[in-house]
Amino acid sequence: MANSEEFRTCPATGLRVHLQADSLIKANAVVAVVFLLIGGLFGLLVALTRWPAVHILPADWFYLALTAHGFDVLLVWIIFFEMAVLHFASAVLLGSRVATPRVAWAGFALMLVGALMANVAVLQGDSSVMFTSYVPMKAEPHFYLGVILFAVGALLQVGVFFGTLVVAKAEKTYEGSIPLVTFGALTAAIIAVFTIASGAIILIPTLLWSLGFISHIDPLVYKTIWWAMGHSSQQINVAAHVSIWYLVAAVVLGAKPLSEKVSRMAFLMYILFLQLASAHHLLAEPGISSEWKIFNTSYAMYLAVLGSMIHGLTVPGSIEAAQRAKGFTNGLFEWLRKAPWGNPAFSGVFLSLLLFGFLGGISGVVMGVEQINLIMHNTLYVPGHFHATVVAGTTLTFMAVTYLLVPLIFQREIIWPKVAQWQPYVFAIGVAGISVFMMGAGTLGVSRRHWDMTFADSALQFDYPAAAFLMMGLNGLSAILAAVGGVMYIAVVVASLLFGKRTSSEPAAVAESTSPDAAAVGEYGSARDVQIPGTAVLAGVFLTAFVLYYFVNWKYLSEIWPLG
Amino acid sequence: MAMSPPSNRLWWKEPIARVELIWILIAFVWGLVMFFMMIYWHGAGQQNLSNEAYKITPEAFAEKAQAMTAKYTVREEAGFPVVSPPPGSDVYLIARLWQWWPILELKKDQSYRMHLSSMDWQHGFSLQPTNMNLSVHPGYELVTQMTPNASGEFSVVCNEFCGIGHHTMVGKIYVKE
Repeated sequence: MANSEEFRTCPATGLRVHLQADSLIKANAVVAVVFLLIGGLFGLLVALTRWPAVHILPADWFYLALTAHGFDVLLVWIIFFEMAVLHFASAVLLGSRVATPRVAWAGFALMLVGALMANVAVLQGDSSVMFTSYVPMKAEPHFYLGVILFAVGALLQVGVFFGTLVVAKAEKTYEGSIPLVTFGALTAAIIAVFTIASGAIILIPTLLWSLGFISHIDPLVYKTIWWAMGHSSQQINVAAHVSIWYLVAAVVLGAKPLSEKVSRMAFLMYILFLQLASAHHLLAEPGISSEWKIFNTSYAMYLAVLGSMIHGLTVPGSIEAAQRAKGFTNGLFEWLRKAPWGNPAFSGVFLSLLLFGFLGGISGVVMGVEQINLIMHNTLYVPGHFHATVVAGTTLTFMAVTYLLVPLIFQREIIWPKVAQWQPYVFAIGVAGISVFMMGAGTLGVSRRHWDMTFADSALQFDYPAAAFLMMGLNGLSAILAAVGGVMYIAVVVASLLFGKRTSSEPAAVAESTSPDAAAVGEYGSARDVQIPGTAVLAGVFLTAFVLYYFVNWKYLSEIWPLG
Repeated sequence: MAMSPPSNRLWWKEPIARVELIWILIAFVWGLVMFFMMIYWHGAGQQNLSNEAYKITPEAFAEKAQAMTAKYTVREEAGFPVVSPPPGSDVYLIARLWQWWPILELKKDQSYRMHLSSMDWQHGFSLQPTNMNLSVHPGYELVTQMTPNASGEFSVVCNEFCGIGHHTMVGKIYVKE
């Protein structure tokens, strides 16, 4: 049973925090940020190499750096941070003890060992197989082993999350249903189980193959199952960062979901349909039927897109409702103009919401159309898209929530508040540039994962249009800006942890809105038939952009060589 | 709030605001439009990847490509044979570390049965400047009809990472009037 001495009471929020949860969140978050730094630096080197005028790395180092970049940020940084989010959403939000801290620590250790092992394999130089490690290209056995250990460790921590939910329910640490944020985290955890199982199914045989125990792995089978891990792991991110959008809106503005039912249904759609999207990576493959491609790439008639479009309305809608209830009711957008844009937690989340929707969401759906994929597959359009979803969406959101976690969990005040205030804007502009310019280069045909777009060493020559070179230069500049934003984040966080003033028992700035009487709206966000005309207009703009861009790309497609 | 249990324990009985209902309906209908657009294009559109593919060994595929090359080579260029197969015929393009072999010479507005396969690792067929992109696997032979709709010099860039020479892997397709 829980020992009361193992808890502290958060002075700002009044939450009961299990000390083990505290430590687990700290450990996972700190390791995450270290890998963000490493992976981010590799990313900067990649962008500077792809800038033809700079071309900083030689070919072998470029492919090595690209492999390390993908692994360290897409997997290690994000999954470690998600583990922190899971412990927060279960133990902290429910005021419960962590179910089995020892298992959680074992999972953490395995993840760390796995991450280090895979990094060593990549840095040794014989495992530059890219994050995807498509067979029959072969990496060293310890590359695959590292990824497997990392995944097993993550699975253990996810198991502890489920256990904590059971403990909290059994020990009645809360009344009624779990909070929406915990529900979203539960969505992420369920998708994580599916993701890790898929990874095990394909990576364990691949490890045996690289050790020589298995003679052959079919490349199409590998790709199909690998993406059940590769794409689904991105859906963990979506579920996790959407949960944080709701969390930050609640903490900073006291926003309530417009409707618990609608927001939870939208999360449920993620569980049911998001996994089908591994088909996005198989649209240009031989030997897979169009029927299979159409059903899966559209998440069965776009039902997961429906989920995201619902969150896209309800998150800003709940913010608008909370702001209007506080009296910001003039015109369509006073609620938005007078939002706390100087609070990096809020600005980070709102920028993330906009960039994820407009850049990442629309481009992802368009690229995932069976036929339109022909004009985008494996071009730079693909990384352009997923830097909008994973970096502007997930990473920026995780950065934003860090500004809340530092005072609440690490109990330190943010030092250099001015730097923290600017950081989300610098990072968001950089990432938006990376995304837009890579998509532009991809539209002009530039290949992803390619060292030399001038083809200087080829027997046969080809010249990309000059505009493509301009795009790659602008991409390099944007990457520098994003790197500056990343360094600002890491500097503020590390300095705050080391030198920040310990938070006193005096409620922090975020606290006022979390106390019950400051909760601006009624029982639920739309209880008083709250009008959200501003959000409705934003949604209309989004839909218009979506429809136009969708059909413009059908037009582009109709101009290429007829195929059949 | 989103971070605490719903204050109304019977939250699933709360009414849904009209603006949410309308948006859900619009988004759902838009999803249906996008879904049926893909099916519609299979009937009305001309750019659909074929569903024809076979399992094949690299040796068997290379043999077929060599037979075609022996029959229809018209000249040499940079060490590659330039092959001009007749319209409507089967055309084989080999992907291997790190070249597309041979160079093809096709006629505008004529259809060819294009066969693509890899001898070793995965490769990516990226036709430039048209920007049409297909995956090429070892052990699988993709067969798709292609109809060049413009004349000129086209390049085939490899856009699936295939090792240290990946960025040198460029092929050629000429399309004549």
